[in-house]
Amino acid sequence: METKTVTISVNGREYTFGVGNNFGDIQPNESLLSTLRDRLGLTGAKSACEEGACGACTVIMNGKAVSSCMQLTVGCNGKSITTIEGLTDPKTGELHPVQKAFIDYYAFQCGYCTPGIIMTTKALLDEKPNPTRKEVEEALSGNHCRCISQYHVMDAVMSVAEKGVN
Amino acid sequence: MSKKEYRYVGKNTPRKDARGIVTGSAEFIDDHKFNNMLHACSLKSPHAHARILSIDTSDAEKLPGVHAVITHKNIPEHCRDWKIGMPGFRGILDETVAFVGDGVALVAAETKEIAETACELIKVEYEVLPALLTMEEALDPSSVKIYPQLKPHNEIPKDIEFAGEQFMCDLYRGDVEKAFEESVYIVEDEAEYNSLPSPMAAEPPGVVVNCDENNHFEVWATSQGGYYLRMMCGFRMPNVDMDVYTLNTGGSFGNKQSLQSTVSYAMLLANVTHRPVKLFLTKAEQLLVHDLRLGNKIKVKVGLDKDGFVNAVKGQWLVDSGAWSDVHHVQLGVGLGEMQLALCKCKNWDMTSHVVVTNHDPTGCVRGFGGQELKAALLPTVNKLAEKANINPLDFYSKNFCSSGDEYVWRDRHLWTAFETEYELAMRTAAKKFNWDEKWKGWNVPTRVEGNKVYGVGLAVHGNADVGEDNSEAYVRLDGTGHAVLHCAITESGMGQRNNSAKMVAEVLNIPFENVKITPGNTAVNPWEFGLAGSRGTLTTATACVRAAEDARRQLLELMSDVLKFPAEELDTKDGMVFVKDNPEINCPWIAAMQPFGTDITGHGQWTAAYSHPNFCSLFVEVEVDLETGVVKLVDLTGGTDVGQIIDPKTLEMQFQGGFGSAGTDTAINEEHIIDDNTGRIVTHNMIDYKWRTFNDFPPFEQVILEGQPDISKFRAVGFGEIAGSPGPSAIMMAISNAIGKHFCQYPATPDTVLKALGKC
Repeated sequence: METKTVTISVNGREYTFGVGNNFGDIQPNESLLSTLRDRLGLTGAKSACEEGACGACTVIMNGKAVSSCMQLTVGCNGKSITTIEGLTDPKTGELHPVQKAFIDYYAFQCGYCTPGIIMTTKALLDEKPNPTRKEVEEALSGNHCRCISQYHVMDAVMSVAEKGVN
Repeated sequence: MSKKEYRYVGKNTPRKDARGIVTGSAEFIDDHKFNNMLHACSLKSPHAHARILSIDTSDAEKLPGVHAVITHKNIPEHCRDWKIGMPGFRGILDETVAFVGDGVALVAAETKEIAETACELIKVEYEVLPALLTMEEALDPSSVKIYPQLKPHNEIPKDIEFAGEQFMCDLYRGDVEKAFEESVYIVEDEAEYNSLPSPMAAEPPGVVVNCDENNHFEVWATSQGGYYLRMMCGFRMPNVDMDVYTLNTGGSFGNKQSLQSTVSYAMLLANVTHRPVKLFLTKAEQLLVHDLRLGNKIKVKVGLDKDGFVNAVKGQWLVDSGAWSDVHHVQLGVGLGEMQLALCKCKNWDMTSHVVVTNHDPTGCVRGFGGQELKAALLPTVNKLAEKANINPLDFYSKNFCSSGDEYVWRDRHLWTAFETEYELAMRTAAKKFNWDEKWKGWNVPTRVEGNKVYGVGLAVHGNADVGEDNSEAYVRLDGTGHAVLHCAITESGMGQRNNSAKMVAEVLNIPFENVKITPGNTAVNPWEFGLAGSRGTLTTATACVRAAEDARRQLLELMSDVLKFPAEELDTKDGMVFVKDNPEINCPWIAAMQPFGTDITGHGQWTAAYSHPNFCSLFVEVEVDLETGVVKLVDLTGGTDVGQIIDPKTLEMQFQGGFGSAGTDTAINEEHIIDDNTGRIVTHNMIDYKWRTFNDFPPFEQVILEGQPDISKFRAVGFGEIAGSPGPSAIMMAISNAIGKHFCQYPATPDTVLKALGKC
């Protein structure tokens, strides 16, 4: 019998899962968010709207910010995924400049949406190290923040953007 | 009193959990792992009002992986007195369902998918009853009764004793009829703030509940306060033995305090299965069945005397609770209190309230808590008085808002006198920053006109004496290494109160901030803490923490007096050392006061409720109205307050900015729930149809924050966060009125409402 698998790379480590209905298999309807959180224990991406509207589950897939709740894991075969847990230097623990800026500029309140906002920011800066304020606002317009940390987030992101760090 | 310089207070201190937040390692309830956990979901009523004629759960029960299916028929006998609403007028599951989404059956299963499948297998036959979706329908004596015991018709009793307190539900002071005779101007009007918005915290409401063999419940909750949740569960489920554990909470805005049906459902299933049961709402469920803001309509008559003071208010306040609510009686008291603060020179009041049950989603605690609701409807009417008298609203609210010596009846039915309450300077300084004098052109006169775009300005004020509400308790434990542990049941839901309380403890003990730890925010190891509500944390919780630190410091210096052979009053402490003030070279580490490997020092602090110092927020707004499309846009905003003493500048700034969201300022422009008249179903149950302000739509927001140093606590700080959005709705109504040249009061001001006001549709 043919065994179907799906292989994804998460934060530089490769994972292969069986696909099917047996216990432990990835079912065809399993979201990438669920795989990350429930199988890999990477709970930085948050489960909130589960319909791609709030951005709390944002991860970077092949260089683009995506809502992981809207990706089926079986459709991610061969994809390279970075989560918030993958931003910190694995050896030194040093924070990514965007993470550091979020602390320096007090860019969060409850923090539930913060990993998603940071990942959207990282994807934008990777693609465009010096975005304008307007471009940052547009890029983040799919990230919901109900505590209203937007003003501080913009200051944090622009401080990094102006340095051209990616 | 002049401002003091402190080591930490008044300076920015990064949150202790900051690294966890930005790396994704900060733990929320949904991230926490529980062994052997079951997943729950509920079968929901498709009808707004119906009787369950029959229910067949046999197929659901047979589904492999299902552990419990509970309906109103098989609810365990000892859980039949578990109620919902306040006072509990209905069982958790009932033969009659009262709104679209009301629980019909509860399922616990090995996976969420199995639980959902099981729900689909349940067969229910309903007798559909007339749905009463508006307060008018519900109050009509010819309508059906939603709950048979409600008297008068579909009204919830409001005289409820709650934790030993009777709350103000109506307000009768002075002689309104005589006062109206002395009024120079009188306005009678009807208004409403009734669009049932949702605070829609980022993290959906949810719990994981375990119940051991002794029926002790361990509730892990997304609540913003463990003791508050336990207290509310105690009212609904008498004699239940439970502890509440919280981790980081992903926003609440008051709205995830008591988790009305969610926690009850999970406790019921945990009680039956004796396994941890996880019940988390989806975002759609959060918008469909979780607590909304109270609905409001008022009919009111207001009078103005010759000196420009409001001198009489008489009216009726109708409050829509939806299918149930749990703190409406407190919200009435706070709302009537906050109304008085805004018009505090007025000594004649006759306000009667009615809380009406309807067949839509339940309501509950939301920031603004009665006052935002009542004033969003009332102040536009009051503004008509100022308009008639042609008084600049800046002058009008400066003189009518509460100041030292003014009296008001607060929620506890007692008459309180405002103490060291002076906010005119904050308001006028903010007005100056906003350029109010230049922008204000008169009532119903636009600031400027640019083609089809008209611009208008507005302002409003808000204050809340609940900054001193309810009780708090804390312990501070010192160990010999110069570290302190703060035992306090504060949950971090975004306001930074855990950090700020730890800062104040570090300040009192004069030790490095990083040497203060704080216990997890649960009820199991911490003393009583009412929780963060009504901007109370800064004055109440933090004062309990400060007093505990002072008590620990006193004990330390007394013990050290024996060691150093100097009177305690001649000693001081810094960075874990105690020294003689006049001769710091004589010193000793804290450990000398304690038994090595033995005892610590524990200080104890408390705060008891007091309502004599209201806080304050003024908001100045400028709107752009497109006369062709009816679109209203907020283009400029300045807020003004005086917080006594800033504890953490950046945190405070963000609290101020937070007023936009969580059913605050934006309820004037875009936040509303729309209910289908035919089905009674909320149709705005997703984040596309429920409107919220996105990153690319924020106007400039300036702030004026003064530090008047009132003598109310050691650090003289007044809480602020809750009220940041409360003046927004009525300020925006004033601005739209001025922009379009005629009185306007409709929430939210969507394009169709504006075009209708303009006679264009």
